[in-house]
Amino acid sequence: MSDKRPSKLAALRTRATVFAALGDETRLAVVVKLLSGEAQSISRLTEGTALTRQAVTKHLRILQDAGVVRSTRIGRETLFALQTRPIEDVRAYLDQISQLWNDALARLKAFAEE
Amino acid sequence: MTDQIEKVIEIDAPVSRVWRALTDYREFGTWFRVRLDGPFVAGEKCGGQITHPGYEHLRMEVVVQRIEPEHLFSLTWHPYAVDEGVDYAHEEPTLVTFTLAPTAGGGTLLRVVESGFDRIPAHRRAKAFRMNDGGWQAQMENIARHVGQAA
Repeated sequence: MSDKRPSKLAALRTRATVFAALGDETRLAVVVKLLSGEAQSISRLTEGTALTRQAVTKHLRILQDAGVVRSTRIGRETLFALQTRPIEDVRAYLDQISQLWNDALARLKAFAEE
Repeated sequence: MTDQIEKVIEIDAPVSRVWRALTDYREFGTWFRVRLDGPFVAGEKCGGQITHPGYEHLRMEVVVQRIEPEHLFSLTWHPYAVDEGVDYAHEEPTLVTFTLAPTAGGGTLLRVVESGFDRIPAHRRAKAFRMNDGGWQAQMENIARHVGQAA
């Protein structure tokens, strides 16, 4: 009956997690590297940065927990790829709030012009 | 890319009239559809029962930030915190800022900015998104386009 509530709560938590995951310069840099769409190894993601492999691993885990990045094992190597779904969810959320503002401001305009 | 929602609307009424519609808690409640318990006071909480059809069982709470007469009114809240049973207290609040300016024709240009959906500082994010031309950027441009059109 009330299975809607936990899923809404879960959605809210997911969104907050996505925002938090992206609110870090290093992780954002990792995300930018993955924008090509090509799955990449930790070694490649560490290349050209001042970061250790461990540091990159830690950031990748946070991105994975937020669902922004997914890993796959190919042979002995783990590759990381960007997931667009959480980004689309965030976009839908902003769309919804944007529409609510349009409605509220239309009412304000009508009210003030009366 | 934008992490904020920005709306600009021209209202065919003087600034003083729009200011009152925004900052008098009863007038605000009329168009926003909330029955607020008391007036807006800078630095203080203000809450009330939502009167929007279908959401009457919910309360809304804001914290008033700045009241600069006939120019700027800002508050923080949890944007459309409409899911019953969800404790929004631990969520990051967003900042809503209304600014008013007179138009040449005696009307009012009202700008509303809601920001803080995302804690990445804008300058850093903009830089990060300029660095690529991939799918992510396209997504973010969709947001910007949507918000731009909606305004």
